[in-house]
Amino acid sequence: MKKSGVEVSGLRVVRGGTEVLHELTFAISPGEVTGLLGPSGCGKTTLMRAIVGVQRIAGGTVLVFGERAGAATLRSRIGYVTQAVSVYDDLTVEENLRFFASVLGIDHGRVPHYIGLVDLDAERGKVVSRLSGGQRSRVSLAVALLGEPELIVLDEPTVGLDPVLRQELWRTFHRLADEGAAVLVSSHVMDEANRCDRLLLMREGRIIADDSPDGLLAKTGAEDIEAAFLDLVAEVAS
Amino acid sequence: MTPRITLAVAHRVLIQLRRDRRTSVMLLVLPCLVMSLLWWMFQDKPGFGFGALAPALLALIPFIIMFLVTSVTTLRERTSGTLERLLAMPMGKGDFLVGYALAFGLVAAVQSALAVGLSVWALDLHVQGPVWMLLLVAVVDAVLGSALGLFVSAFARTEFQAVQFMPALVVPQILLCGLFVARDELPPALHTISDLLPLSYAVDAMRKVARDSHPAMWGDLGLVAAFAVAGLVLGALTLRRQSE
Repeated sequence: MKKSGVEVSGLRVVRGGTEVLHELTFAISPGEVTGLLGPSGCGKTTLMRAIVGVQRIAGGTVLVFGERAGAATLRSRIGYVTQAVSVYDDLTVEENLRFFASVLGIDHGRVPHYIGLVDLDAERGKVVSRLSGGQRSRVSLAVALLGEPELIVLDEPTVGLDPVLRQELWRTFHRLADEGAAVLVSSHVMDEANRCDRLLLMREGRIIADDSPDGLLAKTGAEDIEAAFLDLVAEVAS
Repeated sequence: MTPRITLAVAHRVLIQLRRDRRTSVMLLVLPCLVMSLLWWMFQDKPGFGFGALAPALLALIPFIIMFLVTSVTTLRERTSGTLERLLAMPMGKGDFLVGYALAFGLVAAVQSALAVGLSVWALDLHVQGPVWMLLLVAVVDAVLGSALGLFVSAFARTEFQAVQFMPALVVPQILLCGLFVARDELPPALHTISDLLPLSYAVDAMRKVARDSHPAMWGDLGLVAAFAVAGLVLGALTLRRQSE
């Protein structure tokens, strides 16, 4: 039997009296990097929050590894990076990781490994507020990778990073997926689509495509994902 | 709750305080300066004065400072996303709250030890009861300040708002705690209100320790502790794992 990752069915989310996610149904498989692509404000973050279990939902179900999203037993199995850099500004890189490692019950001896994963060895003793924006978001990413979570949810992790580092991070995401994790990465930059095994294209709170990059191109006959996205939007509108 | 996680939170808060040198120095030195100022004010008025007011001030200072420090720090945790991250991890709400209370309780112990030490040995404050009791009251009082600060941080969006809770919640307690007008000489309605405020009991406890060689302060201290626990429980209710 195939191990289930995330199963979302009929998910509806209401925020401030307005429905922002409309009856979403899809699944995310372990061993794959799934890209969640769509313009800013289309509901990517809300959807990710619902999967992680910090978003109150109005209807439908979100199951992660067969359990309801937000269940206490899931907490050590999910790594989540928000767009805000959720680490302590006034602690060093190493102190941040040591603290979160203690919370997760991970041996401090493993901390250098995670610092290496995001290529911050030279900065390990520096206070986070002294780091560049890209370096800060990598500290946040390293925290999410602590303890080899089986589901990794990354909200725009590559924004503001240089191309070399971006490529390295995508390699890391694929290695984590190869090791069996389900990886969900959001981006509003369509040219990152080719780096994903599977794509969920989102617009105005709906999923308008759920396919592999090649499958999507074949289906729409477009030259790249951006063109495919535009085709799909035109199709929905007509 | 897990001791490992509670201690990790406390340890982390202490590292953050240590890194902020100016805050650390102010936390330790300011109470001593305030006590010295009070002593100086009454230099030419022997008898009443310093001896009567100092115990109350020793109760007020840790409460006020920890209220401010905690409300701003936890507000920062709420706005920076670290709190959400922690709540998405296997961390109990109790770990978070008690971790903070432990760290600030420890800081308050050092802070009060300095202020009490200075007052008793350098400024000649006469304490009839055991000096350690003054310290104990100060620490419980600081934990109370932390607990209330934590709770109100849930109702503030910005640091400006958080600081405004000080005149709203703390100043009335200072006015009604018996420092300016003895509590039983207040108008009846205000006397009743002062009976419901935790700081009144903290000040009563401090005064009893200063006045009596066998102070009957445990009842007062117990009430302050109960308020602190209630504050922590209310604080826990404001930590939500899910939001809209």
